[in-house]
Amino acid sequence: MSADTPTPKFTGVLGWIDHRLPVISLGYKELVAYPTPKNLNYFWNFGSLAGIFLVIQIVTGIVLVMHYVPHADYAFASVEHIMRNVNYGWLMRYMHMNGAHMFFVVVYIHIFRGLYYGSYKDPREVLWILGVIILILMMATAFMGYVLPWGQMSFWGATVITNLFSAVPLIGDALVTWMWGGFSVDNPTLQRFFSLHYLFPFVIAAFSFLHLVALHQFGSNNPVGIDITNKDKISFHPYYTTKDLFGLFAILLVYGFLVFFAPNFLGHPDNYIPADPLVTPAHIVPEWYFLPFYAILRSITFDISLFGFTLIDAKLGGVIAMFGSILILFFLPWLDTSKVRSANYRPIYFWAFWLLVVDVIVLTYVGAKPAEGIWPTVGLIATIWYFVHFLVLLPLLGRFERPRPVPDSINKPVLPKASPLGPQTQPAE
Amino acid sequence: MASDTADGSNRRDFLQIAGYTALGLGVAAAAWPFIHQMNPSADVLALASVDVDVSTVEEGMAITVQWRGKPVFIRHRTQEEIDAARAVALDELRDPATDEERTTSNEGVTRPQWLVQIGICTHLGCVPLGNRVGEPKGDYGGWFCPCHGSHYDTAGRIRKGPAPLNLLLPPYAFLGDTEITIG
Repeated sequence: MSADTPTPKFTGVLGWIDHRLPVISLGYKELVAYPTPKNLNYFWNFGSLAGIFLVIQIVTGIVLVMHYVPHADYAFASVEHIMRNVNYGWLMRYMHMNGAHMFFVVVYIHIFRGLYYGSYKDPREVLWILGVIILILMMATAFMGYVLPWGQMSFWGATVITNLFSAVPLIGDALVTWMWGGFSVDNPTLQRFFSLHYLFPFVIAAFSFLHLVALHQFGSNNPVGIDITNKDKISFHPYYTTKDLFGLFAILLVYGFLVFFAPNFLGHPDNYIPADPLVTPAHIVPEWYFLPFYAILRSITFDISLFGFTLIDAKLGGVIAMFGSILILFFLPWLDTSKVRSANYRPIYFWAFWLLVVDVIVLTYVGAKPAEGIWPTVGLIATIWYFVHFLVLLPLLGRFERPRPVPDSINKPVLPKASPLGPQTQPAE
Repeated sequence: MASDTADGSNRRDFLQIAGYTALGLGVAAAAWPFIHQMNPSADVLALASVDVDVSTVEEGMAITVQWRGKPVFIRHRTQEEIDAARAVALDELRDPATDEERTTSNEGVTRPQWLVQIGICTHLGCVPLGNRVGEPKGDYGGWFCPCHGSHYDTAGRIRKGPAPLNLLLPPYAFLGDTEITIG
């Protein structure tokens, strides 16, 4: 089936509606006939998987809100009520909890896919930037959602993270008081987090829509990373609907295992202790998906001074490094100066990419460790490498790296050198 | 049309600038209630002060009371702890403050045996350990924050770790010999 199939003319009732509200032909064009590179591998599944997990989170979340009480005195008990009394409440909550974990797993793989295959490069910069906005919204949503059960980790996680903003010069304390609605994390904080936790997923949905609009402007990147014509594309349906469905079933096995057999595996037992403003848990750890950023935050333990005058104290330095580690992604399309997209044809970037993967895993590990012994040093080195990768290595590689010859067709890499096949299978010019 | 002035601007430019300025002010004025509603409400601001009876706090012991939703540490310091705090040179401190400054109440009364502080680490707001028996007191015999490893000395001054400031002091006053009013 060629990707050049014209949109059929809808008739009857569908035709009548489509003539007045052309969403049916639009849907056909963008979701059925949509020309997609024929060489996409399974790493291209994770975009649609992220969309599916967004839907799962919204559906389970709306159901949970029917039973949850957003008040400091009742929140913890209402979550237990959901777990024990509400019909299938345990299922809804465990699906929502573990759905958040899966959402981040899927999105992080999606992001690293983009990093490896250079999917952020011209002309897909805006597509990438919209993705970074979605990531930031996801982080905010996940953070506020974690506060809602009002357990010890909820409370102290919220306290630590909101206190980050007190590092802002001059207005820091006023800003934190404003966010709290009081002088500590308390009921006003919980209620506003609840309100925003309900709002943000719909904002994410809106940005996901824009992300798709930007994607469909130029179509998907592909593992070879070259621009291709419709000749090398196939229709989204049935080819990629089928492939995406297969990937969905595979990931649902993992999700199902977590929900039914290890629902609290990725959580913290301390969050089953009701929030207590007078007792800090011995070891405050954020959820795993925040650990790399948490490690970066904690890695700055020294003041940055110039001529004996402290420019940036350790606290502000850590906050700047942590937010910087995410904001730097906005500039990635311009920091990476190489014209070659796919790491398959970039011999040095290939290793730089895998080193970055290792670096982020190390940061994740350090973030989970208490800030003592060798871990602060390891964290500092890993933090420095993270920034060196983006700020030094990527700009230089584009100038000094010698890419391997990029094939002029996506068919080349899969055809044997001396093809015994007839000339009709040769890629045309 | 309106006559142009020497620099090329005319009456229409003035109207536009004035119009957009008024619009901007109007938007800001309309936005303010939506921003300010998140600040502490009247009931939160109407903070009660807390009277604490410290007669049962033995020398070397400490208690934690709650004020404005925050923990307040009240420590009955031993002579060794006071001496240790007073022996420190100010230039060794990240946030220089003398021990006398740390133990003076709002009315200017200094009672070195009583140290009253807000029990919140100035780094990211955890409650430091060291106020209860058996908890680690850190390298300087005061408090230790387990979250990110800040050490405070026996006057609650930051000595080591990421916290930028000494433990904050709440407003307080001594009521007689055995009572302290916080707030």
